[in-house]
Amino acid sequence: MSGYPPEIKRLIKYVEETREERLKKPYRRLSLEEREKLLREWHPDYKPGAKRPLRVGVCKGALVYNEVADLLEAWPLVEPDQVDLSRVDYDVDILVIGSGGAGLAAALWAIYSGISPDSILLVTKLRLGDSNTIKAQGGIQAADRPEDSPVLHFIDTIGGGLFANKRDLVEALVVDMPFIMKWLEDLGAMFDKTPDGRYIEVSGGGACRRRLHCARDYTGLEILRVLREEFLNYEVPYLEFTPAIELLTDPEDGGVSGAVLYNLETGEYYVARAKSVIVATGGAGRLHIAGFPTSNHYGATMDGVIMGYRVGANILHLDTFQFHPTGVAFPEAIRGELITEKCRSLGAQLVNVHGEQFIHQLETRDLVSSAIIKECAEGRGIITPTGAVGVWLDMPMIDMIRGPGTIKRALPAMYRQFIRHGIDITQEPVLTYPTLHYQNGGIEIDVFSRVLRPSGEPIPRLMAAGEVAGGVHGRNRLMGNSLAGILVFGKRAGITAAKVVKESTTRPKISLKHSEKYVEELKSIGVPKERRSPILLPDYRGERVLLRSLKIL
Amino acid sequence: MSAVSVTAPPKEVPKPRTVRVYVMGREYLVPEGLTIHKALEYAGFRLIRGVGCRGGFCGACATVYRKPGDYKLRIALACQSVVEDGMYLVILPYAPLPRVNYKLESLKPDAGTVLKQYPEVARCVACNTCTKACPQGLQVMDAIQAIKRGDLAKAADLAFDCIACGICSMRCPAEIRHANLFNLVRRIYGKYMSPKPKHLEDRIRELEEGKYKEELENLKKAPVEELKKLYASRAIEPEE
Repeated sequence: MSGYPPEIKRLIKYVEETREERLKKPYRRLSLEEREKLLREWHPDYKPGAKRPLRVGVCKGALVYNEVADLLEAWPLVEPDQVDLSRVDYDVDILVIGSGGAGLAAALWAIYSGISPDSILLVTKLRLGDSNTIKAQGGIQAADRPEDSPVLHFIDTIGGGLFANKRDLVEALVVDMPFIMKWLEDLGAMFDKTPDGRYIEVSGGGACRRRLHCARDYTGLEILRVLREEFLNYEVPYLEFTPAIELLTDPEDGGVSGAVLYNLETGEYYVARAKSVIVATGGAGRLHIAGFPTSNHYGATMDGVIMGYRVGANILHLDTFQFHPTGVAFPEAIRGELITEKCRSLGAQLVNVHGEQFIHQLETRDLVSSAIIKECAEGRGIITPTGAVGVWLDMPMIDMIRGPGTIKRALPAMYRQFIRHGIDITQEPVLTYPTLHYQNGGIEIDVFSRVLRPSGEPIPRLMAAGEVAGGVHGRNRLMGNSLAGILVFGKRAGITAAKVVKESTTRPKISLKHSEKYVEELKSIGVPKERRSPILLPDYRGERVLLRSLKIL
Repeated sequence: MSAVSVTAPPKEVPKPRTVRVYVMGREYLVPEGLTIHKALEYAGFRLIRGVGCRGGFCGACATVYRKPGDYKLRIALACQSVVEDGMYLVILPYAPLPRVNYKLESLKPDAGTVLKQYPEVARCVACNTCTKACPQGLQVMDAIQAIKRGDLAKAADLAFDCIACGICSMRCPAEIRHANLFNLVRRIYGKYMSPKPKHLEDRIRELEEGKYKEELENLKKAPVEELKKLYASRAIEPEE
């Protein structure tokens, strides 16, 4: 409950001194040339030494972050001789891996498409719903105001993605989103509205229209819990604390036919066979790419990309990650946690130690992050007692612009996050620095959420949706497009999986054939057997303890 | 503009002081300033239960603790709260809150429906223990009372920020399953009582009529240079 130490508190007056001036005059936007220069000079994606070309698998030679390469060039957790595939524990039509927004939406749309709930199995690493979805704060984009259009949403998304997005995926995103909003309405999700029913929509970074639908700053939580309730009402079988650790393939067509599951609490493995498999395992923040803290949930360890790559999925844009501009820089206890972009949507500006604004607060995330990193590297940041650095996010401006009480009403999670540590954001600015937030790329999908090989051919019976999938967001995702992406492509994955099931006449065979081949490649480049993936959870145990750890019981 | 110097980095980062915490009764010395989660990890625990989003949104890490010389049972979220010297704590691994299945589309949107699903609501004695136990600082008892009065809109509003940690339900003498109940109330409100956005219906009609199809088709095929031009020249709507 301590708030700012005196040496930081005294600097707040420089923010307050310039506030009135800053309120009057909006900061200018950057040109395309200026944007490119800023990214090249300051974005972590461009830092030399952070990436290397892959040495194994179907995308050998592709440049990815070192932390990603370490996990793709790693031994599987189970080798073929360690598991008995002759006993199938779960024989189902659809196996859904992951219970965030994408996994739940996929299961529901499979049911709507005629699949019996009891022939689905959903497995999840932690509790049902533990995901990045539940942490999504700011909102969800859908072009539904008369001043807006799906065409503008398309252009914003492509420009934000540095023109690297798969355009047909973006089209699916922007066209489906109004229908998704209608679906959420029908399911009883509560969004912020005016008394006559219009959505209260605000601007996200890089969006040319106010397009962000919010549920206070608990938007992801509201969507997730509504989907979870609906999922539970259908009595779909599910297993908690049971991640998939390896996919299974049919040796005849190389397509996916199930997964090896692992009970995190007992250590037991289970064999699941399925006529179709949906990978919805989310992102990778817990890999701490480029040494950054993360805003992600505890289980965000890239499991789906690793499993998908081993069965031959193409990977896209894993040489770029999203560093969210406004992670918590102080207090240390919650460093890296998110300060939602909605704060900037509502008017909060970014200010350096001199009280100067240095970037328009609603540029795209890659640009704002680069600008903050630049300010701090050039000595215009504020250094915290633990040696971290950050710039100010001028929160009290929000109530000044939009009236007293706005912060507590529209940003209750943010108010709580800071008041728990003695900082009142209605009165004081907060210290912020970029945090690892989102996996821009992933395993490539098509508009039916089918996972593709590098050749462009779909891998039989394998679908993916959400953060694990690549192509939708290009090289930088816009705010509010992740909640949109999980629901649009989750829905499409569920519909496609149902179709695959209906068209299948026999149950596929299961094997670890793909793994045998992959292991041969690993051996040929001399990967040590201790390096295994997926890692399932990060290990934050203290060094002192680990040095003396004996594994006896 | 006044010239200021950046605060100098501390000459030597001072060694953090340690605090004593008692994890399920056993003493550990941990650096001060850590969250309860991070303190447990420092001490050597590998967390599986009692941890989720680590950001105060998922309710996985409900924690109860007492401090020496104080009878009061206190609550915290392990991801959000900093360890204090002398904490006797446990993170609750699970809250048993079985829910009641329902079909939202065939429910009658009134308090009677809610009470039929969760009859224990009627047993609320207004002791306010739930409100005192809420790590979100919600007026939990007021939400329950609103349901009893039939004011579902009020209840949905008061309970909106519930993260379903389950602490209130573990303390409630009436044995109410708050989180489940609130999920039902909010969905009834959202589906049947909240005003509907007409502009959304309009846009859906346009899309069904294929209004943007051709334009998007052209954009999909356009050269990158053309998209760049469109992007750079698009007018940005001013803030309200």
